[in-house]
Amino acid sequence: MALERDKLTAERALLTLGESELLELYRRMNLIRRFEDRTAEMYARGKITGFCHLYAGEEAVAVGAIFALYDKDYVVSTYREHGHCLAKGTPPRKVMAELFGKETGISHGRGGSMHLFDPNLRFMGGYAIVGGGLPLAVGLGLSIAYKEEPEVVCCFFGDGALPQGAFHESLNMASLWKLPVIFICENNFYGMGTLVQNAICQQELYRFAEPYKMPGVRVDGMDVLAVYQATMEATARAREGEGPSLIEAVTYRYRGHSMSDPAEYRSKREERIWQERDPIKTLRRRLVGERRVPESRLEAIEREVNAIIDDAVRYADESPEPALSDLMKNVYVENGGPQS
Amino acid sequence: MVGALSGNLAMEATYLKAINQALHEEMARDENVFVMGEDVAELGGAFKVTEGLLTAFGEERVIDTPISESLIVGAGVGAAVLGMRPVVEMQFADFISCGFDQIVNTAATLSYRHGGKASCPMVVRAPSGAGVHGALFHSQNPEAWFTRVPGLKVVAPATAYDAKGLLKSAIRDDNPVIYFEHKRLYRSIKEDLPDGDFTVPLGKAEVRREGRDLSIITYGGTLHQSLDAARIVEKEDGLSVEVLDLRTLLPLDREAILATARRTGKVLVVHEDRLTGGIGGEIAAIVADEAFDYLDGPVRRLAALDTHVPFAPPLEEFVLPNTNKIVEAIRNLAAY
Ligand SMILES: Cc1ncc(C[n+]2csc(CCOP(=O)(O)OP(=O)(O)O)c2C)c(N)n1
Ligand SMILES: [Mg+2]
Repeated sequence: MALERDKLTAERALLTLGESELLELYRRMNLIRRFEDRTAEMYARGKITGFCHLYAGEEAVAVGAIFALYDKDYVVSTYREHGHCLAKGTPPRKVMAELFGKETGISHGRGGSMHLFDPNLRFMGGYAIVGGGLPLAVGLGLSIAYKEEPEVVCCFFGDGALPQGAFHESLNMASLWKLPVIFICENNFYGMGTLVQNAICQQELYRFAEPYKMPGVRVDGMDVLAVYQATMEATARAREGEGPSLIEAVTYRYRGHSMSDPAEYRSKREERIWQERDPIKTLRRRLVGERRVPESRLEAIEREVNAIIDDAVRYADESPEPALSDLMKNVYVENGGPQS
Repeated sequence: MVGALSGNLAMEATYLKAINQALHEEMARDENVFVMGEDVAELGGAFKVTEGLLTAFGEERVIDTPISESLIVGAGVGAAVLGMRPVVEMQFADFISCGFDQIVNTAATLSYRHGGKASCPMVVRAPSGAGVHGALFHSQNPEAWFTRVPGLKVVAPATAYDAKGLLKSAIRDDNPVIYFEHKRLYRSIKEDLPDGDFTVPLGKAEVRREGRDLSIITYGGTLHQSLDAARIVEKEDGLSVEVLDLRTLLPLDREAILATARRTGKVLVVHEDRLTGGIGGEIAAIVADEAFDYLDGPVRRLAALDTHVPFAPPLEEFVLPNTNKIVEAIRNLAAY
């Protein structure tokens, strides 16, 4: 799947990014991986309940794309959004506490795993309705264009969202109105147990850009630098007022669809092939091999990340449950406006 | 478990298995019946309700679709107009809103709109209900969005027997039927089902427990909590509580509702759907209108609070009706 173009763009990114930036990419991907592994553990122990979808394997997409954004840019995601939220900068403590359903969670335990939201960091939400985030991303873009602001919106969604009307409606409007929206399709080949080829008549998903008159590219979603570079190009275009782009990031989720899915519809061999292309290991190899970063540096980052996530788990576990007396709070907006 | 028992060969089945059996038997009986939805074939559905159908009937009649609820319902309507009997699945009842237009505008109006020259014999199956920590978009009870739409029928079985019998009737009915199956009941209840074909008529409620002092009118997930509560107050308070299971929410069985109200003179409606705009209001109005002279107290309603189903388990628990709350409501109304 590694395309010639990806190798070139990745090499270009490797040249343009400084060492500290590359290490930051490495740190963020490790942070997400560790977060998801610990989440799985906490789920197995009954500390986390409900529907929970992990991002392990796909870290390069969220990290690469969001690294290409400014802090003020917006991100919209799906129910598989722990990674995007963390990559945007939400403290792991706040995310883990939300998964635990605690008052200290980012949404005070009201939304849980599938509905993270951190408007201060311009993470504009995970959406549990497949395709539900796309029209909203168009609306964010509309507001940005109206106010003539310089920001862009990065909207993540799965391959499963393409057959929804909302996908087509959103691309059409974003293109017609030349809105600064970057549509990033995380093509991990499956929507639950359904293969892309059984759900979508056009398997080269980036080609859906054509009828909507916007640039469409396919990138190696296991390569953080390739995703970064493609997103940089799309944001440049969007900021110039030239409108939206569609990026298809080809990737793979290591675990089942959700914590209750044993993923029996795919082979162990297939899983192994993808794990050999692990985005974290790939970047590690590049850093050590091509940039001569000492292994000890990387190990220090891994240790630091592990400590942060362990702390997040402890924090979530020790946090109080939401008070029953607050149950009806926020059904309607209170005190004259949203509270940050 | 509750539910009528007839025939000789009894086989124990869960609520989930009962639905699965109904699908198997109806597909075998009528080749126009087919199943369509997200992951219903290969995977047997997110909850395994459609398991085994693909092997038994092949991919032409057990169809995996992309994630396209509007299309799933709308294509069902199209097929139904030409005499097919689609049973389409919304993976969670919460996603039925994505197919809302096709249900309320296209399916529900079809017969009327064409002066009776066309029909839409389609079933939309929708796993509903909370109590599984699914949070806002995997816990809803959206029946009341549909119970005010003429042209639709809406059912909500509470027992394995009814799950099977009502689904069979729904499939054989010539109108669009929305079939809400409570996902908390899937594996938590089972009963002996008679061997062979049986149906449960649409539009007929069933008295699950006879009583003199007070009537609970309920359906779906809260039937079992209501029965538990009735047993508790019988033992602890000596109260005799009748429990009426609506089974069909549109059309309502007005006769059965009025009969129980007249018998006991006190009515408590219980449902897991929210209070405001829930079907409890309609029932209260029917009782007030036509059984007023028999009433010895106000018609009370116990339902989910008027908020969203929150993720945090203690909050979710607090939002929903449960046995203790029903016991308390019975005692208050009985003392009136
Ligand atoms: C409107 C709607 N229909 C169905 C679902 C159930 N569902 C949740 S995720 C999913 C698969 C989505 O696959 P994809 O978009 O490829 O994302 P991935 O899980 O692979 O990240 C389905 C069918 C839903 N959440 N919303
Ligand atoms: Mg997918």
